[in-house]
Amino acid sequence: MDNFTFGITMTIVGMGSTLFSLWFLTLVINLLKRIFPYRESDEKGKEAKS
Amino acid sequence: MIDALLSGLSSLVMGLGLLTIENIIMIAVGCVLLYLGIKKDYEPLLLVPIGFGAVLVNIPLAGMMEPGGLLRHFYDAGVMTEIFPCLIFVGIGAMTDFGPLLENPKILLLGAAGQFGIFLTLLLALLLGFSQLDAIAIGIIGACDGPTSIYVTSKYAPHLLGAVSVAAYGYMSLVPLIQPPIMRILTTDKERKVRMEYPKKSASPALKIIFPIVVTVVTCIIAPMGTPLMGMIMLGNLMRESGVVSRLTKASENEITNVVTLLLGLCIGATMEGAAFLKPQTLLILGLGFIAICLDTVTGVLFGKLMCFLTKGKINPLIGAAGISAYPMAARVVQAEGRKYDENNWLLMHAIGANTGGQIGSVMAAAIMLSVMKGMGIG
Repeated sequence: MDNFTFGITMTIVGMGSTLFSLWFLTLVINLLKRIFPYRESDEKGKEAKS
Repeated sequence: MIDALLSGLSSLVMGLGLLTIENIIMIAVGCVLLYLGIKKDYEPLLLVPIGFGAVLVNIPLAGMMEPGGLLRHFYDAGVMTEIFPCLIFVGIGAMTDFGPLLENPKILLLGAAGQFGIFLTLLLALLLGFSQLDAIAIGIIGACDGPTSIYVTSKYAPHLLGAVSVAAYGYMSLVPLIQPPIMRILTTDKERKVRMEYPKKSASPALKIIFPIVVTVVTCIIAPMGTPLMGMIMLGNLMRESGVVSRLTKASENEITNVVTLLLGLCIGATMEGAAFLKPQTLLILGLGFIAICLDTVTGVLFGKLMCFLTKGKINPLIGAAGISAYPMAARVVQAEGRKYDENNWLLMHAIGANTGGQIGSVMAAAIMLSVMKGMGIG
């Protein structure tokens, strides 16, 4: 593969995939936040631990 | 008897005769690194062992990097096997709080934009005539992440390890000087004064424990070649958040990271042997590394401006500059810059969120690079 094709492929695939992966992770985190919401008891537990 | 004495004495001065001008220059460079670390406090944990390693490897006849030499043992055992960068990642994971990122997940996107410099620099390196593998190693300086740079470079271009590591760690310590002018050029006064709301609810402890497991599974399925890096950083974070292995967490944060940093620094210094390091190519790599960090900042801030526009002014574009991996330095730079224009603007936690996003983003970008390379059958 010549350098130009290699460079363009890596740049487009690399930038696109990095952005897509992290966008997908934000969706996963938002989903996890719904499944494991913050509760008042978490704060109390934290205080008790400290 | 006299012959024996003379030959014994001549062996003591033989080293002096073999001292080349390259060795002398590199010993001086090692001393400059030591000066910067000791006197100027620029990343002393790294610059002191790197500088001393550079001095050691340039002493004629010492054979520190010859087969059987002390530094060669460290290098073969830790760098060539990629163990050192992975162990450092366990420590980084154990030290990182992903809480601010979990509270505002959309700023993770800034961690992706902050990596675009890697790919643009790769393109630039290819245009300047570097080979494909060398260009990958040069581009990764833009990750602004020492262990990731070392991991990728030792895999594809071990002969560039000295220049790439010095550039990666050097520019990381120069982030407070490199980023602010770019941030000022690319943002308006109004944008710099944007105040961001703090989320009302924090991330739950359960979410903080599940997060590293989910990130590992999701990202490693997408880019399996990055599993050693992402796996280790998330293992360290899981140990931290679970709270059940505090001894291991503390050891990862302190003893393991300290010992590995010492050995890694010496190994990087050991790659700075005069004849191999003093080439025009090294200067070119240092220049491209600088461009990489600048491009990261440019793309991060521009993406921040886009998010500011899309959210109707709810995101301060300055935090885009924190989407690189230099943690927590880049976040502090954003906080300081924001307060210059509005003393009561507290951007730190948002910037920390973007900064931890940058850590994930840099590893992800490297993992994608490695996986694409494998897919192309290169390297």
